[in-house]
Amino acid sequence: MNWNHVRIVAGTDLRRLFKSKDYWIPLVIMAGLFFVVIPLLVLTMLGRLEQTGFVAQVTDIVGRLPAQVTDVARGDTPTARAGYIAAVFLLAPIAIIVPVTISAAVGSNVIVGERERGTGEFLAHSPITMRELYVGKLLASLVPGFLATIVGFSAYSLVVNLTVGASIGTWFFPTAGWLVLILWVIPPFIAAALAVILRISARVRSAAAAQQASSLVTLPVIILSYGVSATVVVAPGRTAFFIGAVAWIVAIALAARGASKMKRERLLGVASET
Amino acid sequence: MEQAIHFGSVSKAFGSVHAVEALDFDAPAGAVTVLLGPNGAGKTTTVRLTTGALVADRGDIEVLGLHPKVDGDEVRSRVGIVPPKPAFYDQLTGWENLRFAARIFGADEHAALDAAERFVIADALGQEVGGYSTGMRTRLALARAVIHDPEVLLLDEPTAGLDPESARNVLELIREMAGRGRTIVLCTHLLHEAEGIADHIVLMNKGHAQASGAPADLANRYLADPVVVFDAEDRTRLHDLVERNGVLSVVENGSVHATLEDLDRLPDLVAELVRDGVRLTRVEPIEPTLEELYFEMQRTHREGAE
Repeated sequence: MNWNHVRIVAGTDLRRLFKSKDYWIPLVIMAGLFFVVIPLLVLTMLGRLEQTGFVAQVTDIVGRLPAQVTDVARGDTPTARAGYIAAVFLLAPIAIIVPVTISAAVGSNVIVGERERGTGEFLAHSPITMRELYVGKLLASLVPGFLATIVGFSAYSLVVNLTVGASIGTWFFPTAGWLVLILWVIPPFIAAALAVILRISARVRSAAAAQQASSLVTLPVIILSYGVSATVVVAPGRTAFFIGAVAWIVAIALAARGASKMKRERLLGVASET
Repeated sequence: MEQAIHFGSVSKAFGSVHAVEALDFDAPAGAVTVLLGPNGAGKTTTVRLTTGALVADRGDIEVLGLHPKVDGDEVRSRVGIVPPKPAFYDQLTGWENLRFAARIFGADEHAALDAAERFVIADALGQEVGGYSTGMRTRLALARAVIHDPEVLLLDEPTAGLDPESARNVLELIREMAGRGRTIVLCTHLLHEAEGIADHIVLMNKGHAQASGAPADLANRYLADPVVVFDAEDRTRLHDLVERNGVLSVVENGSVHATLEDLDRLPDLVAELVRDGVRLTRVEPIEPTLEELYFEMQRTHREGAE
């Protein structure tokens, strides 16, 4: 495999993406909503419950949560502990939707888009191998999702520390569990979803069809990664490492399979012109 | 002559549509081969099969001694192509598109710039391609096609949508590259485009090669007896031309148009006239146009099929 070709394909796709404001601005707005606006509203609201007399209700909610969660929750007051639990266990997993959705939105279009625009014709007649093209496209789709994860969680960490951290008395986010999740577990989940989405993108006839079909893949991946994230955040040790390792193996196997199934003629509008 | 491209009984179907059916033709190395045929004749599929972008269902294809199905990457690195509707990444500048192609083909940036200058698009390289006109896109596509100095250049309807000046530039490129020993394959349905530059013609229709060969050979094969225009200081001395050996008929139309049995008879005929004291002012064989040849070939094959 010529990695220079992979780098060129991925780099060019990313450059195109960053130049297409109408494409990435909605994605940035979505990331801002999930990572900043919603957490800020929820955590600020929780912080004010003490003043509105719902302390008893919050204490009741916290008391009903599993011991694994309540044992690690920090904070001297029920409101502070509720804020900690919301920030670490309840709210943050929702943000997994963002990187998966962003990567899926990019990935579903990358191959069928070449065909629709006609740029696939050049690639089909070029010396680039289909394996190089597939891996380049996979990286180009993976990077925006992963970048959103890093930037988004940095913003989320700031929001959490400024709101809940103040009531606990220290900045505590990201926790060890979340670092493992972001750096080790989430990327292979995105990669695995993309490996399937790119295969769909290579097979369907239009970008619209690719987006429809990719939503069938992203939904189960989001549900699965949501469940996994809860486990990893609570137990960031061996279990988290094992889950991440399995996810990587699955992602690599799916990507290898996808690369081997990629056909050059799929880049052409075959049968449309003779 | 060595063949740069060889198609032997090649077939390719898309479902029930037979785009190319038992196609046989050779493109001589260092020559301009014109694939001539109406829309839907199978020209674009032929080009795609040549680079291995499509794989034939049956038959044998050789390009520069290589088999595209097996050595596709090697073939594609030595072939340049201008597709019928050149497409680019519209959000990127002309330069970014050209540099992308250069890197994929392993060419350096100087080659990209040289190619852009050659097709008079260098000044527009800083603009996003989305704002390019059809002519600019075609010029950029031409630059992209020659960036790696290919041994074979495939041009699929390269002048479609171009203004006359740009179209002429394309034809000049073809002549120039052929002059440098490159093999050119030009797909077109425009007869005037092929006129004068075709060393070899492949007449395609419904996925077949109906006829192929050098224009002169095809003219001999398909066109009626040759016509020569004669004129003399005293035109009345040409009235007995029809009675001379090898002359089939004469029509006087401003000058004298004589239909001969064979063009090889012309030197003897001229010698006879001179010997008889006719002071000739014009002896000009009428070259058949490609258009005449094309329609005659089509007519012959249509009648053959009936």
